Amino acid sequence: MGGMDGFGKVEPEPNEPTFHEKWEGRVMAMVRAVGANGGLNIDSQRFARESLPPDVYLASSYYKKWFLAIEDQMAARGIVGRDEVDAGHSLRQSPPLKRGKFTIDDVPRIMVRGSFGREAKAPALFEPGDRVRARNINPVTHTRLPRYVRGHIGIVERINGYHVFPDTAAHDKGENPQWLYTVVFDSRDLWGDDADPTLKVSIDAFEPYLEKA
Amino acid sequence: MAHDHDHDHHHHDHEHSELSETQLRVRALETVLTEKGYVDPAALDAIVEAYETKIGPRNGARVVAKAWTDPAFKKELLDDATKAINALGHIARTGDHLIAVENTPQRHNMVVCTLCSCYPWEMLGLPPVWYKASPYRSRAVKDPRGVLRDFGVTLSADTEIRVWDSTAETRFLVLPMRPAGTEGWSEERLAEIVTRDSMIGTGLPKAAP
Repeated sequence: MGGMDGFGKVEPEPNEPTFHEKWEGRVMAMVRAVGANGGLNIDSQRFARESLPPDVYLASSYYKKWFLAIEDQMAARGIVGRDEVDAGHSLRQSPPLKRGKFTIDDVPRIMVRGSFGREAKAPALFEPGDRVRARNINPVTHTRLPRYVRGHIGIVERINGYHVFPDTAAHDKGENPQWLYTVVFDSRDLWGDDADPTLKVSIDAFEPYLEKA
Repeated sequence: MAHDHDHDHHHHDHEHSELSETQLRVRALETVLTEKGYVDPAALDAIVEAYETKIGPRNGARVVAKAWTDPAFKKELLDDATKAINALGHIARTGDHLIAVENTPQRHNMVVCTLCSCYPWEMLGLPPVWYKASPYRSRAVKDPRGVLRDFGVTLSADTEIRVWDSTAETRFLVLPMRPAGTEGWSEERLAEIVTRDSMIGTGLPKAAP
């Protein structure tokens, strides 16, 4: 939603609690647990949240989106049916999670973020200092190329390694790793002549998002 | 949303508390997951407890204080933050591809995730609501000075602002400038003035008294 207008002021909350309601913590924990042992990778989870209807997405809190999305994902994969959540009980046998039951022994493993770097299988096409254009692509499937940079020219600042490609991983089409670059855009290229001239914005862009400019 | 206002599904407790449909569905889901043998509720308790009691911005503050007092560590941190922090061993293990970005008198860094809410959980804990909400996610990349005003922060008009949009599995930690008047302070004392927001770039460290 980078660059959208009209959402109003940012409202910091002094002494904010970790969770505002108990259910938020349970949702966070269930999503992490089922995600980790059920093979729902982070990109598929993000795609499920992005796929909520826009009015629901915009009006729902963060953990509400997590809950609605994991309900959708579990129903689609036959793990938990919506009717079972309606009933509040298991109504049928379902296949076991890929990695089995999530127990206390699994907790330490998920408290450190997984690694998405892979061994490079091809040379990087770009190097720091190169001018690149963010491709004007508009897939309806998952992508991590923000709309506000599409079609704009930026400068490659650093190479971050060879990383799992969310665009395929989200759809269970494999890790398909790609080079990942930090690309810097001038605010006036993104937002026009009235933009704050002291502002530069960077994204981390996978190689397929970029072309030489 | 309709989910929240469907009174047919509301349940009235004997006390004054009213469980929302979301609360009821979340509780129902946990029951189903438990009955199917997918999760041990005690493991869920442990995850919640860890974020409520162990993992928070104190971790990041200790890293910043260390960088302020140890130039060799600061260099390692800016080269490869994950490696530098994990080599310390005594703070928190952090996932791969953490990038520390240094504020200077010429440049102020701010971190956002416009696509979802990516955030360095191991260093800062779970993100605050404002970080995950539409106003910040939409505006940080276009009007960061306006966002800073919402936080009561004003930067010099000629300071470059660099906004890092966390669009991949890299994570960013801002290394704020050490306030004047803190010469000779211990790491522990310095860590006390490193605020969470100063490590996101929407705030500054507390001033020395």
